[in-house]
Amino acid sequence: MPQYFKNRDLVVPGDILAEGRFRAGENTYRLGGKIYATRIGLVEYGRGVVSVIALRSNYEPRVGDTVVGAVVDIDLGSWRVDVGAPALAILNVPDAIGESFKQEMALPEIFDIGDVVVARVVKLNRDGTPILSTLGPGLGRVEEGRLVRMTPTKIPRLIGKKGSMVNMILKETGCQIVIGQNGVILVNCRDKEMEDLVVQVLEKIENEAHTTGLTNRIYGFIREMKEKGRDE
Amino acid sequence: MDGRKWNELRPIKIEGGVLPNADGSAYLEQGRNRIIVGVFGPRELHPKHLAKPHKAVLRCRYHMAPFSVDPRRSPAPSRRDTELSMVIRNALEPALFLERYPRASIDVFVEILQADGSTRCASITAASVALVDAGIPMRDLVAACSAGKIDSEVVLDLNDIEDKEGEADLPVAYMPKLGKVTLLQMDGMLSPEEFDKALNLALEGCNKIYELQREALKSRYVKQGEGRSAE
Repeated sequence: MPQYFKNRDLVVPGDILAEGRFRAGENTYRLGGKIYATRIGLVEYGRGVVSVIALRSNYEPRVGDTVVGAVVDIDLGSWRVDVGAPALAILNVPDAIGESFKQEMALPEIFDIGDVVVARVVKLNRDGTPILSTLGPGLGRVEEGRLVRMTPTKIPRLIGKKGSMVNMILKETGCQIVIGQNGVILVNCRDKEMEDLVVQVLEKIENEAHTTGLTNRIYGFIREMKEKGRDE
Repeated sequence: MDGRKWNELRPIKIEGGVLPNADGSAYLEQGRNRIIVGVFGPRELHPKHLAKPHKAVLRCRYHMAPFSVDPRRSPAPSRRDTELSMVIRNALEPALFLERYPRASIDVFVEILQADGSTRCASITAASVALVDAGIPMRDLVAACSAGKIDSEVVLDLNDIEDKEGEADLPVAYMPKLGKVTLLQMDGMLSPEEFDKALNLALEGCNKIYELQREALKSRYVKQGEGRSAE
């Protein structure tokens, strides 16, 4: 079973990763006994599995994901929400307010076009269209804050091991952060300077997601920026 | 000829991720060609009647800027633009997993800022880098390159004058790791022997361009040091 790369080597689509009795994991495919990469990323050889941790990816929705998106259309009894997936997500009335749809309801008064909502993916339609729900703590319309975009595959990096990264950022800045698995992050702080700092931190994570010792470096970065802010 | 050897490419520069508002993008310079490509999607397709229930639709738009050639050309899409859009789409389609995104569309916008021959090849090269940058799963990169015949000599990578004064032009797009040709066109006359020679030359050129594409994609990440450990 030959391997053509070392663990965590950078690969691009079409690179032959392995041959023989491996299973093709994420972001790979098998053709004629060989396993090829489909996305740019870091290759990972597990027990009988080859996968690639993508550095660039579109959002592929999964059940249970928390997502942040904007309402773009209102249908009869449902809203269409753009969460960056291959299809617009559907939010039905019962999943939004907990009661069934009635003719006299005014949907724009609940969520209007342009409203940003935090929602959970409860189901995927047969064609992959995500079905959302805004019932639950922390879900619903966003009243204030700032939206930052990241590559969806870098979200685990932002969360860190057992939330180490995001908890550190929360503790250091005192901001409210809602992470959407679709790569949209909602940042809300009372202190607007801290909000700017968090946005910078998120950019830094986006750019350096593939490097080692990131949490510590981000910690240092936040400390440094806070010092600077105090001096001014 | 512009001082190159018969089997020499023009200097090429490729850069990924140049447009912040696109899902993926690339900028390419090949000799005096300057091309920018933006990729969007997979996203919901409008108008909906164009959607395919079992796969995504790849849409390409090849457009030459009015100032890209001398004399200035009309910005309206010409017959040639429409054809090249189709050619680029056909060359890229085999590299994509369109069946993974039913009813969606993937849109590729190719803008020629400055044209100097073999723009269809350069567009395909740039578009495939932009597709990777957009994080769209691909079977392989697509590299493209042209060969041709000038003064009864088979040569690589024609520029504008070589294309117009030469006897034949043979654009080729190729997926190097899969060994598959996705585009093969010919303009002019070549004997079967010359054709074989030109095709092999173009494939060689594609392999060189492929290496440059890889480098361009990787250079964004290797600067900061490779690999990440468990934290």
